[in-house]
Amino acid sequence: MAQELIRLEHISKQFDGQLILDDLELVIHENEFVTLLGPSGCGKTTTLRIIGGFEKPDEGRVIFEGKDITDLPPYKRQLNTVFQKYALFPHMDVAANIAFGLRMSKKSKTYIDDKIKYALKLVNLDGYEHRSVDSLSGGQQQRIAIARAIVNEPKVLLLDEPLGALDLKMRQDMQYELIRLKKELGITFLYVTHDQEEALTMSDMVVVMNQGYIQQMGTPVEVYNEPECAFVADFIGDSNIIDSVMVRDRLVRIMGKEFECVDTGFGLETPVDVVIRPEDVMLVPADDDDPNALNGVVTDIIFKGVFYEVSVMTEDYEWQVNSLDPFEVGKRVRITVDPFDIQIMNKPVSEDEEAIASYD
Amino acid sequence: MKEVWKKLYALFVLVFLYAPIAVLIAQSFNASRYRGHWTGFTLHWYSALFENEEILEAFGNTMLIAFISSVAATLIAIVTCLAAAAMKKRGRLIVTGTANISMLNADIVTGISLMMLFLAFGLRFGFGTVLLSHIIFNVPYALLNILPGVMAMDKASYESALDLGATPFRAFMHVTVPEILPGVISGFLMAFTMSADDFIITHFTKGPGVDTLPTKIYAELKIGIKPEMYALTTLMTGALVLLMILLQINRKHSRNLAQSVEAIY
Amino acid sequence: MIKTRRVRNLFMAPFAVWSILFIIVPLLLIAGYAFTAEEGGFTLANLAIMGRWEYRKALWLSVALALASTVLCLLIAYPLCLILAQWKLKKGSELILLFVLPLWMNSLLSTMAWQTILERNGLINQLMRLLGLPDLHLINTPFAIVLGMIYNFLPYMILPLYTVLSAISVHLREAAQDLGAGPWHTFLHVILPLSVPGIISGITLVFIPSLTTFVISAMLGGGKILLIGNIIEQEFTATYNWHLGSGLSMFLMIFIIFNMILSAVFERNE
Repeated sequence: MAQELIRLEHISKQFDGQLILDDLELVIHENEFVTLLGPSGCGKTTTLRIIGGFEKPDEGRVIFEGKDITDLPPYKRQLNTVFQKYALFPHMDVAANIAFGLRMSKKSKTYIDDKIKYALKLVNLDGYEHRSVDSLSGGQQQRIAIARAIVNEPKVLLLDEPLGALDLKMRQDMQYELIRLKKELGITFLYVTHDQEEALTMSDMVVVMNQGYIQQMGTPVEVYNEPECAFVADFIGDSNIIDSVMVRDRLVRIMGKEFECVDTGFGLETPVDVVIRPEDVMLVPADDDDPNALNGVVTDIIFKGVFYEVSVMTEDYEWQVNSLDPFEVGKRVRITVDPFDIQIMNKPVSEDEEAIASYD
Repeated sequence: MKEVWKKLYALFVLVFLYAPIAVLIAQSFNASRYRGHWTGFTLHWYSALFENEEILEAFGNTMLIAFISSVAATLIAIVTCLAAAAMKKRGRLIVTGTANISMLNADIVTGISLMMLFLAFGLRFGFGTVLLSHIIFNVPYALLNILPGVMAMDKASYESALDLGATPFRAFMHVTVPEILPGVISGFLMAFTMSADDFIITHFTKGPGVDTLPTKIYAELKIGIKPEMYALTTLMTGALVLLMILLQINRKHSRNLAQSVEAIY
Repeated sequence: MIKTRRVRNLFMAPFAVWSILFIIVPLLLIAGYAFTAEEGGFTLANLAIMGRWEYRKALWLSVALALASTVLCLLIAYPLCLILAQWKLKKGSELILLFVLPLWMNSLLSTMAWQTILERNGLINQLMRLLGLPDLHLINTPFAIVLGMIYNFLPYMILPLYTVLSAISVHLREAAQDLGAGPWHTFLHVILPLSVPGIISGITLVFIPSLTTFVISAMLGGGKILLIGNIIEQEFTATYNWHLGSGLSMFLMIFIIFNMILSAVFERNE
């Protein structure tokens, strides 16, 4: 296991009486790409700003390499931030922007010049030294903001929704760029985003947050395939989330029909949430009227290239299904699911969890 | 810096800015007609004010000139801005440059040069020449306030209004005017303020027998200010403060309204 | 919106007339008077008069007092605007109105109120006597004039400074801090350079009226301290030597034009 780098202990923060972070605990290791993922207002940016030193937590401590840095101002912290809106200095050219941090730490001129060259090469903008900042495109400004941060050789690079203002194509290109940069620099990236695709593509570890709490932490594969609560399931990827009852171990009743599953330990006749990904639902034409099958009617179908997005109405729930085969609207279909693809989750019990579940 | 020091500093500047105003207000209630000697409280100057026809007339002139000249200057400015928006950058720079020069020029030079101009044309000095010179010096204030709004205007919305069958006039009234209105209002208010407060240019372009409040005050300075003037000033200040408070409340109100509208959608 | 050249030129006509008739022609008139003698004929005498001791003294005193009031306005307004901008960005409070409100006060009356405060038996000296302290000689001094200038023109410094300072994004401050700049370096390398346009227009807006005032010096200088504005005003309204007055105005305009060129150069660099 890599060395521990940042530890957040019991962090709480309020703004105007509103609780943004509630007793947050988080450990970040060296050389990890960690993403804080969640909807707006979930506290992810506040967490980043507390680590950056721009906000002081009301309670709790920030430990960096074993030292308490909770009260250290940003300019004394060994980490650098890439801001959401780049925050390049408009009165300086590209080189002066990149040199800013180095000049503050009184590095020699030759060192600074070398570093500027190196950083510009790293972000694929060689020769841009004397361009003015406003003459650059959004993507280029973003690269300069990254270059400006990394020349200071921070232990951690904090990135606050850095791709939010870019268009789709640019965003995808920058994702690969960031992965490459992370590998070349060998430092920790702490990335904040509300875009689950970004999080899944780039991260070693995803921290899913909602309403000031960490909902789940894990590798992208873990949070996608094994969401621990309905919120995570719903927020990461599309999901069908259905009120169901766990009949006994390995058997769940969904809309009155019994399905085999692989989960155990929920007890008998326990209300649960069932999560099924659209790509895990299989549709077959339902010609007979099997009383044990879950049947529905196709209400809508959209061609998506690789698959069809099919909406199927059963009783009072509309399923989302990704199907490789087309189905006519109005056709009766049977819904089947592989036991491994049925995720069972406990219903939220506490008030806070209730609030989380009501997100949507 | 500590927050306390910041507050103290801001307070210090406020005291500096409001001390003379406080003195003037105090004098309007001072029974003595001499400055700086408090001999008792009176409301006498307020009743005297409404019998002092000279002051009332000067006040009326000030308001009338300020109103007409800022309306005229605003209209000229709107027309100019519309034309400037259709010009190339260089042409626009000439327009704004000219406006800037005349705005930054010293009042005394503007006043003198206008006086010589009116004389060269053989105009009779009086209400007309004062009004004319106020229109002239108000144009750049209105123009520089209105131009940014006109430049930022969405040209497509005017054209789509035409496309939807509006006549150019109706499209202008319903699409263009609401878009440039904030700039027009601030331009008008600034011109009004400049006009109402102007002394120097009026001083050089007015004829005998015509006075605005500032020239009236200047004339009285030598022979001693009539305390009615303090009363008038106090009333005007009060009206202004009231207006500001109303504007603030209105702005808060409309902001709340905007927020609740946002919340609904 | 305006499509044809003809309409555009028609709309531009009032402004064109305005600028030619009311800016260019009057300035030419001043120049005309300045370069002619009362009896007619070309002369440089109206400009050469600046070589005379009393005029030179008035001009230098005007420049010195105007500079003093400009610098002091800047020194008073800058910290204030930093504070106000910070309050606005942090708490959203718009206190600026309070500081500009005195602009609506008639400047003659407020200057007169300063007379009341500063004069020999004025409020300050009444207070001094109450405290058993000796009288201060305040009125009719250059100090009183500078004070009057600062009072009258301070809002013109506050407004542009506040506008630029409150437009500097919090993110830029944070970026500077993030890159290792403490409060002082953040100010020196980020805030100050970005506020230069506001400083320039503030300086212009305070310096020119301070340089050319005749009211403030008349009221707080007691007619003993003559500024260039006072002399010009007298030439036009008392001694009726318009040629001489125009010549002196030309000198004023040299400063004004110089100031404008300076600010234009700075604006282009931005």
